[in-house]
Amino acid sequence: MSIRIALAGNPNCGKTTMFNRLTGSSQRVGNWPGVTIDRKEGRLKGQEGVTVVDLPGIYSLSPYSPEEVVSRDFLLNDRPDAVVNIVDATNLERNLYLTTQILEVGIPTVIALNMIDVIRKEGVEIDKAELSKRLGCPVVETSALKGDGLEELIKEVMAAPARGAGSYPRYSDGLEAHISKVSELIKGHVPDESVRWYATKFLERDSMALEAVPAEVAEEVEKVAAAMEKEFDDEADSIVAGARYDHIGGIISAAVKRDDRRGKETTSDKIDKIVTNRWLGLPIFAAVMFTIYYISITTIGTLGSDWVNDTLFGETLIPGVDEWLSSNDVNGVLSGLIVEGIVAGVGAVIGFLPQMLVLFILLVILEECGYMARVAFVMDRVFRRFGLSGKSFIPILVGTGCGVPGIMATRAIEGKKERRITAMTTTFIPCSAKLPIIAMIAGALFFQSAWVALSTYFLGILCILMSGVILKKWHSMTGAPAPFIMELPPYHAPGLFTVIRSTLERGWAFCKKAGTFIMLACAIVWFLSAFDWGLNMVDDIQNSMLSDIGMSLKWVFVPLGWGDDWEFTIGTITGLVAKENVVGTFGVLFGYAEPSEVGEEFWDIVAARFGPGSLGQLAGYSFLAFNLICAPCFAAIGALRGELGSWKDTGKAVLYQCALAYVIALIIFQFGSILLGGGFQIWLLLAAAALVGLVYLLAAKDPFKAIGRGLLRRPADE
Amino acid sequence: MRTLRDVKVGEKAIVVKVKGEGHLRKRIMDMGITKGCEVAVIKVAPLGDPVEITLRGYDLSIRRQEAESIEVE
Repeated sequence: MSIRIALAGNPNCGKTTMFNRLTGSSQRVGNWPGVTIDRKEGRLKGQEGVTVVDLPGIYSLSPYSPEEVVSRDFLLNDRPDAVVNIVDATNLERNLYLTTQILEVGIPTVIALNMIDVIRKEGVEIDKAELSKRLGCPVVETSALKGDGLEELIKEVMAAPARGAGSYPRYSDGLEAHISKVSELIKGHVPDESVRWYATKFLERDSMALEAVPAEVAEEVEKVAAAMEKEFDDEADSIVAGARYDHIGGIISAAVKRDDRRGKETTSDKIDKIVTNRWLGLPIFAAVMFTIYYISITTIGTLGSDWVNDTLFGETLIPGVDEWLSSNDVNGVLSGLIVEGIVAGVGAVIGFLPQMLVLFILLVILEECGYMARVAFVMDRVFRRFGLSGKSFIPILVGTGCGVPGIMATRAIEGKKERRITAMTTTFIPCSAKLPIIAMIAGALFFQSAWVALSTYFLGILCILMSGVILKKWHSMTGAPAPFIMELPPYHAPGLFTVIRSTLERGWAFCKKAGTFIMLACAIVWFLSAFDWGLNMVDDIQNSMLSDIGMSLKWVFVPLGWGDDWEFTIGTITGLVAKENVVGTFGVLFGYAEPSEVGEEFWDIVAARFGPGSLGQLAGYSFLAFNLICAPCFAAIGALRGELGSWKDTGKAVLYQCALAYVIALIIFQFGSILLGGGFQIWLLLAAAALVGLVYLLAAKDPFKAIGRGLLRRPADE
Repeated sequence: MRTLRDVKVGEKAIVVKVKGEGHLRKRIMDMGITKGCEVAVIKVAPLGDPVEITLRGYDLSIRRQEAESIEVE
């Protein structure tokens, strides 16, 4: 016998913690079909053949957000044997709103009255028996954080399928009359056990539900809804939502026996008074961000990353594998592929893992304790102006360390549009792997001026904000805007178990990516750099296929001032594997086998290639700008694919990044060289056109519609 | 008509009607902002927007622009 149980509840109700408690280590993470929302599944601890499916955190079974849609589809079509509805006891009224809808679906339901320990401490007494009687289903008091009440919950859940569905919430007689009319109309067109759910949804004019019945039935239903609106002198959805909350009000006044919270300030309120204070809010935010950056990027995280890069891979793994392969007489080509291509390439990526794990821990803590919502609250005004969200700041900050966790951190942004734009632009900010390129250019051409590095951060921010403005107009890329109505959950201490678990989960997702996609990409670039077109192995990268590719592409970068040197093109290509490769590639190309990280040995060669004086500096800066803004490394592109959901959109995003990088570098070099007296080049016209195009995209109301007539199909606005 | 946007920090108001349509309107009502519900504005973000309101025993952040679609008295 196999039983399936769905876990449903609001965001912040302790659902993730409960899921971890119920399933232990048996989890599998996948995706819901068609959307990039994690679908988690696990086996119920201590029970044979019982699967627990974790539904996304939702407030309602509305047809709008993808989270709500996958949840209702699962409940209605896949029909789990039972639902555990986790209800946050500290926020009973709003949590029960979802409960009323779940009960209507007609699946046996058990309520887990969670955070019962917290609510007791606050002096609130809830009559469990009364609550259960009024809701028509069993109620179990739990504390997922402490692990209390789990045995009883499991016992009730196992008994639920045999007991069957409970009763539905009953609303006012007036509304009930209309619901029964609709129920009569739709009987036979929808599954018997969900008639009640469909009937109420129809009265709300739920567009997705209405698709379930023939048009003539929908018309009849519409007549009932119109009559109801006339009777109540209100709109249909408002009548139903109001009725649900009235019903909940009745339950609460009967079941909550004592509430000492009324009018009293909780600890959370006191913390919030300081943290989001009109004057202290921004300084506190800056301090928190600095601390995260300091701990993960510059101190603890870097220690770990250096160890992995230098000791684990540099001194142990790479020489070790090399030795083992040669002692076993492995073919030179194969061992080259394995050592130089795969192990070194993947190593470059895995090297960021310690930094990322430290970052993840800190971010999970921020999320769990409730500060993340406050970040959005404090920063929203700034970022919204540019089509981003208050929460966009976090990925950008994380992106200064590594773009991969930066892109992954965009998951916390609720609005789809803001989430996608942030994911696409996060890598504009220089990550730690880009620092050697900056150091090389600054050292070779700018007398190691610190202004170079500083200016790249400003350039990054500028590109992010500009892209926000441009991309928010691109409907096909970003989708319909989401409202920014966000719960500010009470602060609470994060559970150690959840923090560790979420951190490892994210770290593991990254490792999987490094082990598959990035490995393949590394192998391909290595292959291109190690062979010529006759598939003979070459010693000198200058004879390789990669070099020819660089040669044939170098003209592309002539307008950017890179001159006649194919090395810069090759460096840019190998930068796709990992940005720290750029300097290393120059080392190889200029004949230094093992250059220092920033390539001090060949600064004079780099300077000579870019040319003398301020024009050379300009060309160098154009190279820098292009490399910082263009397509990120394969690892980051892989992460972007994970967030955007399809290779098609990822391709568009990467194309956009490269185009923007090209335009920026072009404008910098061509206009710069005119200002510095470099004389007129035909490319100046191209730069002028690019500038006009950029300004147009920034200023025009609906640029893609105008540009893309016949080229880009713009889906109808939702 | 007075909207939630006009309610000052520290003041309370009763919701009369939620205007607008689609996702935004449904979301507002799903979060408990329904006819007859009492809402108190408790704080403005450091940069002047969004505002924090409290209703049905919990706190919610809402942009001024969105607050404009909520009629109150």
